[in-house]
Amino acid sequence: MPWTELRENRTTTGLDADVISRRISFRDALLEATAEMLASDPSVIVMGEGVDDSQGVFGTTAGLKDRFGADRVFDVPLAENGMTGIAIGASIAGLRPVFVHMRNDFLLTAMDQIANHAAKWSYMFNSRLHVPLTIRAVIGRGWGSGAQHSQALHSLFAHIPGLKVVLPSTPFDAKGLLMASILDDNPVIFIEHRWLYDKQGHVPEAPYAVPIGKANILRPGKDLTIAAISYMALEAMMAAEELAKKGIDVEVIDLRTIAPLDAGLIIESVKKTGRLVVADVGWIFASIASEITALVAENALKSLRSAPVRIGLPHLPAPACHSLERAYYPDKGNIIDAVNRALGNGKQEKNEP
Amino acid sequence: MYEAMRKIRAFEGKVAEIYHLKEIKCPVHLCIGQEAVAAGVCQTLKKEDYLFSNHRGHGHLIAKGAGLKYLMAELFGKKTGCSGARGGSMHLVDIERNVPGTSAIVGGGIPLAVGAALASSVKKNNRVSAAFFGDGAFDEGVFHESMNFAALKKLPVLFVCENNLYATNSPQRARHARCDIAGFAGAYGIKGVRVDGNDAIEVHAAAQEAVNNARLGRGPALIEAMTYRWMGHVGPEEDWKKGLREKTELDSWKGSCPIKKIKRVLLNENIAAQNEIDAIDARIEADVNEAVEFARKSPEPEGKGLFEGLFCE
Repeated sequence: MPWTELRENRTTTGLDADVISRRISFRDALLEATAEMLASDPSVIVMGEGVDDSQGVFGTTAGLKDRFGADRVFDVPLAENGMTGIAIGASIAGLRPVFVHMRNDFLLTAMDQIANHAAKWSYMFNSRLHVPLTIRAVIGRGWGSGAQHSQALHSLFAHIPGLKVVLPSTPFDAKGLLMASILDDNPVIFIEHRWLYDKQGHVPEAPYAVPIGKANILRPGKDLTIAAISYMALEAMMAAEELAKKGIDVEVIDLRTIAPLDAGLIIESVKKTGRLVVADVGWIFASIASEITALVAENALKSLRSAPVRIGLPHLPAPACHSLERAYYPDKGNIIDAVNRALGNGKQEKNEP
Repeated sequence: MYEAMRKIRAFEGKVAEIYHLKEIKCPVHLCIGQEAVAAGVCQTLKKEDYLFSNHRGHGHLIAKGAGLKYLMAELFGKKTGCSGARGGSMHLVDIERNVPGTSAIVGGGIPLAVGAALASSVKKNNRVSAAFFGDGAFDEGVFHESMNFAALKKLPVLFVCENNLYATNSPQRARHARCDIAGFAGAYGIKGVRVDGNDAIEVHAAAQEAVNNARLGRGPALIEAMTYRWMGHVGPEEDWKKGLREKTELDSWKGSCPIKKIKRVLLNENIAAQNEIDAIDARIEADVNEAVEFARKSPEPEGKGLFEGLFCE
């Protein structure tokens, strides 16, 4: 299929100058990608709790059952582990299931099938089998969702060899990466932050795939690199705009995929800017934010003019009440503080012989 | 069926015999004593039907027709092994005969079989899926989750429980409030039947009925085959010396040896003569020896291959 040719976008919107912008929401971008895959490939199926109801998982699967039939778009029992195994078995036998979960948290009950089975099947059988399975799951931050309905578990999945882990932050990437994930012959954990669903952005109508494993420079800059993940890419862009007013020029990288990680782009950027802030939507401890910091330390230590700073969640379950949530979740203010800290440190270090 | 059972016994007998030489470099879970279940069920499956096995899987693969050479080489950790020495005894595969990988997590392969059946149903290719598992898998949630979904969608699945009465060393009666695995099928609205798992003909009859129904779109079935493993949970020896089980219990089960049982039928009903059976046995013995030689002579995988195959490109 010619449109499966991968498109790399390294601009804010992915908008080519000569293309008239069509703006749709993140949720509609996901819906469009899924509909296009269902239409173009009869082996694609969509399964999950509520995928065929009137709400359609925050609208991301709305109407698909009517268009593609109940054999290909269907509700499932709340048996996450068993149903994940069934999705894996179906993918081994030639289907391309998209298994949709309303929360990351529920994937923990399916860890046996995800980690012991999906992730192992290619390697354990010497590449003779593969698992073209996409598992979508939502980070349900906010509105008192609390400890069991708002977790961001991407670092946990990235730790397991054999899984690809994708977290788009723009509608353009939501469509392109979901199409790439469904086309991929490997298990992909596709994590969506629900605060992104209403965000509008340029999305070409024609099908396209964004390459898995490639980060994107949302904003070029020279003073400091912010490597941001999922929703934090938006906070990082807002922080960058405010910092720009003060003459601080930061480069914002949207990781888009954390496994495989585009380490090259991050290291290249830090070699240029000499400073790093990582902004994650999950816990910092033992996280992808820590991994990136370590990689930069190992590969670009001499370029670093100040200590890297990690922004993310404190090592605590999410509280439910609004006031504690405010303290729990970092935002652009924390990123600006981190940038200032890194720049301050940089100035001090520069003065050293 | 006799041939398949004899092959399993000879293959595993050889594994046990040479295990002390340490040429086989992985744990082995032997199914000696349970051969009739694999043989009886697999006789009813076509080559294109799916089979999902478990950690005690040599017998299932052999009964489905997998080459002894490639299985033995896998146990030896050789490049020519069915899984390229990546899997070992617990992770066997035979793409050609539709054994698409084996899970050694108890119950782990059951939903995979249901998933393959879902694919058959979506693609309408009329393939049946068989899931082999032990009584230990009944303890796991995925067993029940899989039964429910297969029943819900009327998928062509054959759930085959080889009830050898023990999960590792834990007896079924210490784990199950009701020792009636077949009886649970009714809870999901599907047919469950308990058979003498040491009687290949009885297993075959039950499996044939289940497979026929599955192919006609009548949904899944559960067979609980009562049997007994003669060897310890893992390794080449009997485990009564370790005090894990009673020798009298083992001896009593050896008295109903599945191979002797079918051999009696073959002879008594004049289906085969003793000299024909002897000829089959001799040929299998030679095949097993050939498999060992093949495994011995095969090269080990090169270290540089370590980084290959994590993802399918």
